[in-house]
Amino acid sequence: MLEIKGLKKAFGSLEVLKGVDLKVNQGDVVAILGPSGSGKTTMLRCVNFLEHADGGSLIFDGKEYPFHNISKKDIAAIRQKTAFVFQNYNLFLNKTALHNVTEGLIIGRKMPKTRAEEKARAALEKVGMLDRADYYPHQLSGGQQQRVAIARALATDPEIIYFDEPTSALDPELTGEVLGVMRQLAKEGMTMLVVTHEMGFARNVSNKVVFMENGVVVEEGPSKEFFANPREERTRTFLQNIEQHYE
Amino acid sequence: MSERLWNILLDSFWKIFLPGLKVTIPLTVISFSIALVIATAMAMVQFANIKGLRQIARFYIWIFRGTPLLVQLFVVFYGLPRAGILIDPFPAAVLVFSLNEGAYSAETMRAALEAVPAGQLEAGYCVGMSYLQIMRRIILPQAMRTAFPPLSNSLIAMVKDTSLAANITVTEMFMVTQRIVARTHEPLALYIEVGLIYLLFSTVLTKLQGIGEKKLSTYQKKGE
Repeated sequence: MLEIKGLKKAFGSLEVLKGVDLKVNQGDVVAILGPSGSGKTTMLRCVNFLEHADGGSLIFDGKEYPFHNISKKDIAAIRQKTAFVFQNYNLFLNKTALHNVTEGLIIGRKMPKTRAEEKARAALEKVGMLDRADYYPHQLSGGQQQRVAIARALATDPEIIYFDEPTSALDPELTGEVLGVMRQLAKEGMTMLVVTHEMGFARNVSNKVVFMENGVVVEEGPSKEFFANPREERTRTFLQNIEQHYE
Repeated sequence: MSERLWNILLDSFWKIFLPGLKVTIPLTVISFSIALVIATAMAMVQFANIKGLRQIARFYIWIFRGTPLLVQLFVVFYGLPRAGILIDPFPAAVLVFSLNEGAYSAETMRAALEAVPAGQLEAGYCVGMSYLQIMRRIILPQAMRTAFPPLSNSLIAMVKDTSLAANITVTEMFMVTQRIVARTHEPLALYIEVGLIYLLFSTVLTKLQGIGEKKLSTYQKKGE
């Protein structure tokens, strides 16, 4: 349902993405791993046009769009079918949890208010935040804010949700509640593209792993195979380093 | 205090206070409202970096922040008639005060817009909102909260600055006071009296600022 072909991006003279190819099928949960500075986050931001990519193209729902030459209208249309969960939540600070979720429905999609609030409450319930519906972001913990952000993503019925290191800004104690919600979504068949440092999630929840370094995909494959039998030398070193870290 | 002086003060209080209500307050409210519209527009074209309009905004701010308010009043009221443009005292004062304040408040608004985290705009895009929708519903309300204290400051300053309009024959509080002084020869008491009336207006505005800030702070942490 989504394919990235030859994605290129440079910040000034620094080449961050040197031609990334990636394919996501319906129902896939793809974990993108890699050391800091490998371009994982930039790739995700380019895919939702938060960064302007220099080259390559995006195939979405069977239509191909060149990254450097896509109309605002097409961008808006694709964004209506996707959702993004940020590392630092980015909840609307002047809106309650409920209105954070309804905003994209009522304003972005012209949904009637009662219908939008119904959907928002259902989404908040799903992430276990219904009892905090009338709280403002600053009254919520990081984990709670991120769960509201996931509800905001879910409520728009996206075809795919992009997660940009969704647990990196959280206390270790709070990552569990967010990962729990994501695990639930995966079980229900939601298509997800997740940049993460959570090896447990990559190993146990995702069905596919992409390992990136220096702006290219070093290795990709089904999660089980990737962890049991990494083909590339660089992947093996990366996994060894991480295992040592967790021992 | 002699009974004569007491009577002058009592008698002049309403004579000064009334033009305060009828001229100073309307002049301030109208000018400041127009200034806010100008300021928001000027701040937004800079924030959105719209080519051309941005340069016009910078030029306008440069001119009106860089020249004295009194000079601007004189150019419009005494100067423009030479070019065939005659404006009555009150509208001339409104024009100058709005344009002058608009230039200062534009900078306040720009700083407030830039203080809103960039992620708010990105999150708006990602839930399917357009730039203008995000501006109107997310960015501007947050910027307004940040800009509220400095804007209140400007409003209080403007109440006092309207006394300059006396120089272009607007019969506001200060001009009325000057007239009474000319008749009664009691400059010390009367100028202190008008000062106290300005203080009264400023105090009311300061109280309103406090109430306004409290109302706007619902979504913010204490001390932020």
